[in-house]
Amino acid sequence: MINRLLSGDRPRSRLLAGVLALILIGLAFAPFLFPGTKSLDTAARICIFIVLAASYDLLLGYTGVVSFAHTMFFGIGAYGTALALSSLGPSFTAIVLGTAGGTAIAAALALAIGLFSLRVKAIFFAMVTLAVASAFAVLVSQLSGLTGGEDGLTYKIPRALGPAFKLMDGKIFGVRINGRLLCYYLVFFSALVLFLGLLRVVNSPFGRTLKAVRDNAFRAEAIGYRVVWYRTTATVLSAAVAALAGALLAIWIRYTGPATTLSMEIMIDILLMVVIGGMGTMYGAVIGATLFILAQTYLQTLMASAEHATEALPLIPLLVAPERWLLWLGMLFILSVYFFPDGVVGRLRSRR
Amino acid sequence: MSSTAIRPKLVAASPAERLKSAAPLLLAPVLAGLGFAAIGDGATWLTLTVAGLAMGLMIFIMASGLTVVFGLMDVINFGHGAFVSVGAFVGFTVLAWLAGWTQSPVVMLNLLAVFLAILASMAVTGGIGLMFERVIVAPVYGHHLKQILVTMGGLIVAQQLIHVIWGPDAIHLSRPPSLQGAVIFGEAAIEKYRLFAVAVGLVLFVGMRHVLRSTRIGLLVRAGVENGEMVEALGYRIRRLFLLVFMAGSALAGLGGVMWGLYQETITAHMGSEIMVLVFVVVIIGGLGSIEGCFIGALLVGLLSNYMAFLAPKVALVSTIALMVGVLMWRPQGLYPVVKAK
Repeated sequence: MINRLLSGDRPRSRLLAGVLALILIGLAFAPFLFPGTKSLDTAARICIFIVLAASYDLLLGYTGVVSFAHTMFFGIGAYGTALALSSLGPSFTAIVLGTAGGTAIAAALALAIGLFSLRVKAIFFAMVTLAVASAFAVLVSQLSGLTGGEDGLTYKIPRALGPAFKLMDGKIFGVRINGRLLCYYLVFFSALVLFLGLLRVVNSPFGRTLKAVRDNAFRAEAIGYRVVWYRTTATVLSAAVAALAGALLAIWIRYTGPATTLSMEIMIDILLMVVIGGMGTMYGAVIGATLFILAQTYLQTLMASAEHATEALPLIPLLVAPERWLLWLGMLFILSVYFFPDGVVGRLRSRR
Repeated sequence: MSSTAIRPKLVAASPAERLKSAAPLLLAPVLAGLGFAAIGDGATWLTLTVAGLAMGLMIFIMASGLTVVFGLMDVINFGHGAFVSVGAFVGFTVLAWLAGWTQSPVVMLNLLAVFLAILASMAVTGGIGLMFERVIVAPVYGHHLKQILVTMGGLIVAQQLIHVIWGPDAIHLSRPPSLQGAVIFGEAAIEKYRLFAVAVGLVLFVGMRHVLRSTRIGLLVRAGVENGEMVEALGYRIRRLFLLVFMAGSALAGLGGVMWGLYQETITAHMGSEIMVLVFVVVIIGGLGSIEGCFIGALLVGLLSNYMAFLAPKVALVSTIALMVGVLMWRPQGLYPVVKAK
């Protein structure tokens, strides 16, 4: 049963399996284990970013294609849902329509970019996506009539998903059973289904072919696989999943703006998550996203205290200031590309 | 041996073929003509054209290093933007030290201060380029995916270090008085600094062409682009050539950083990665590895951005992407593809 759910791709390391189980349990019972608005928000973000990082890993780790437009697809999904919710009013129909529309646009755009630039050279793709994604981000902030510009869009979600909606009176384990909880579980189960779906994809014959393309495109072509077709399909698939993750974010935080969905910072975050977690394994995305979001939320507090403790010394307080956390993650990123290209997951698997 | 030796047959290129190879050269004048038709007002057009040329040539300064590095070493440096930012910040520091010279009304002192600032930032970015090549890029030669990731990591770290050294806020960088203001040319007002930028860019382009076409180093670089292994087999240390070109490319990025910083008059740690978008567009349009293509691409992007900023400000950046798409439809490898087999 579990084997079927995981598509035969087991963690293959007792420690890794333990960590993954811990993350799954932690996320599944987050509202009860870690009560409080901030921790619930962190848990939902982890769910969303696991899907986003996993969809990016399909491209980076399994297909060997570097894209800098992943946040663009993420943003298209988020804006699709946000625009539908703000123009059609808070209803589930709006959510479904907006999500479907956003995903379709993201997939179509990915198809266009893929056919256009994957034909020539893989390195072209990285540069073209970087340029297109930046232009898209600027365009979104310019078209303020439609997208709200830099301020973004704030909207209402269906009442059943809000904190005012009560499912039952009283509490279970001291937690109110309200719409917010329902919303969390909507995010959680959607993320779980999407993740298992991606796991299914990478362990299918299609996924095997992607790995072949990654390892030796020339040979794959010679055997008779159309490399461009496989690369483009992977791009479209990963864009569609990223758009769905964007829709989840739009529903969860009830706000969509350039800073939360389209910025280059988020693109770099995803890159760090996938590389530190481990490229080429879906579990790497889980570990990477969890570590990263936890670090983003809690490491800064730790660094603030380190800054406080080293106040008397020269330079060091500047280096450990909480705003400089990306410096350390950037160094970790470079080191992990050199020394652990398989990331945390690769490490755990090799030690058994 | 049969006596029918195969003779080489020399055929002069037909006019159509010559036109085909020269066609990209016509693009910039054609674009300027179209811009004139769309704008209609001669004075405005002249101002915008000079602004476009200045912007294009500054982008060319930054992009030329990137494209030669790619052509010679097959390394695409996503951290190139970091050198631009570092160059701008070093230039700012030097100009602040030389405040007495930059404030004085004497033109020569002003220019000397700017010149020293440029020299200092080129030296610093060249030095950082040396370290970057040795520490970050050297272990991942021949591995594109890792190159992109590692140089991106280098960019993140460099930007954060700029924050540590110069603080997180944007810094105002004012031009010396002799580069402020505008000259009136007919009815068109043309900023002096833009003329200065055009002059620097043109001198650099001519100089680079000269180095690449008429010196021994340039010969080796061109041979290396064509076939690196053969150059090595002939006894030249291609690794040293790589390092030299990488440092030169980084120094050019530093120069571009100072010029761009003085143009914008505000510098941030992210300015490099922001301008990199246009730099990549230019490099793609020109064809990876080609200096001439890069030059034409930079002029096209500069002109188009300025015309569109006047005609339809909201879609200025999108129009350059459209230009890139159009060029790639016409020539999928860029205007002048240099790197063929890699």
